[in-house]
Amino acid sequence: MRVVTQASLDEGTVRAALADVADPEIPAVSIVDLGMVEEVRVAADEIHVVLLPTFVGCPALDLIRSAVEARLRAFDRPVDVRFEFHVPWTSDRITPEGRERLRVSGFAPPAAVRDEVPILVQLSAPVSCPNCGSKRTVLESAFGPTQCRAIYHCAACRQPFEAFKPV
Amino acid sequence: MAVVPKVALGELLRSMADDEFVIGFSDSEWTGIAPILEEDIAMSSLAQDEIGHAAALYGLLGTLLDEDPDALAYDRRPQEYRHCRLLDHGRGDWAMAIARRYLYDSADAVRLEALAGGAWEPLADLVGKLIREERYHRMHVGAWLERLAHDDGEARTRLLVALRQLQHDAATVFAPLPDEVALIEAGILAAPMPELEGRWRQAIGPTFAELDLPMPPAAAQPERGRLDHGDAFDWLWREFTSVRRSEPGVSW
Repeated sequence: MRVVTQASLDEGTVRAALADVADPEIPAVSIVDLGMVEEVRVAADEIHVVLLPTFVGCPALDLIRSAVEARLRAFDRPVDVRFEFHVPWTSDRITPEGRERLRVSGFAPPAAVRDEVPILVQLSAPVSCPNCGSKRTVLESAFGPTQCRAIYHCAACRQPFEAFKPV
Repeated sequence: MAVVPKVALGELLRSMADDEFVIGFSDSEWTGIAPILEEDIAMSSLAQDEIGHAAALYGLLGTLLDEDPDALAYDRRPQEYRHCRLLDHGRGDWAMAIARRYLYDSADAVRLEALAGGAWEPLADLVGKLIREERYHRMHVGAWLERLAHDDGEARTRLLVALRQLQHDAATVFAPLPDEVALIEAGILAAPMPELEGRWRQAIGPTFAELDLPMPPAAAQPERGRLDHGDAFDWLWREFTSVRRSEPGVSW
């Protein structure tokens, strides 16, 4: 980890550092990949970071807050991390890089959110199996091991897999 | 907004937080004993959502009143909670869990719509996010209500028994709040509770008609709809406060 001198510290440098902060529940993706970083403001005496929770009740929020504080400690100025809801996080905020990292680590990325379509119809749209790529997959359960994941089964490779929910 | 009606807003936040907290703990009673594995996971996930929603609402209430959100959640006596009596019937069987959740989720959805875009930003912001998550809950419980109602044997019978047991408390989500007129004047709440109850009846009417289920009557004593919680809640309260009471003041 490189300590950046205060004079050269800008928003881009802080955002790049936040790309090192992994999601505690899916460590293959960072909070930047997930689109959780809504705002970074570098003031002379403080760094302000506004994050959008993926789910209101996400139990990883405290861990994420301390991981952000720990990572930004390298910049040697106070860090103010806030979780806000004024922009609702949706799964459409996951970046293309984040979607690819999800797929490589065995999670199907979410389909585009269609608010006008019932949830069950959205979940039942073809999801590509992250293991073999087949679209012969079926929804097993809209609820999985964490709030943001659903469970599917692939008829081609006969493996269960998890998908990030459209939300 | 010129002036925040602090007392009325506090009552609204307390009622919503207590509702989500109590239904969350009630649903967590199914962890490990739901009828099938997928439901074990689903109910646990729903419970986690609701308790998370409660934590966010207690957070807003704590900021408003300058009080500790954990103390608001855990350090009150049972009679000081302001959740609706619909949630005071104990865990019951699976049909009871589905009936209670269907009635609650459908009513909560109407309440959230009436708060969306409201004048107190911290709540309006949170409500926008809650609405997105609650869609999953309604999808899930709606499918189960149909499944039980379409059965021509024990499942339907049990569903009817549960709905009968809940019927007089079904509408208590819309029990009038102290000074709710102040919330409406301030632009925080879109309409008075009796009007929201009417919207809820319109929303669930077609489903109840299609499934040939009896619509719940009006609450017998709407003004007591968030009071007099009874023995089932005393038991649940002892459960969910047991860890907190075992070592007062400790951070877990």
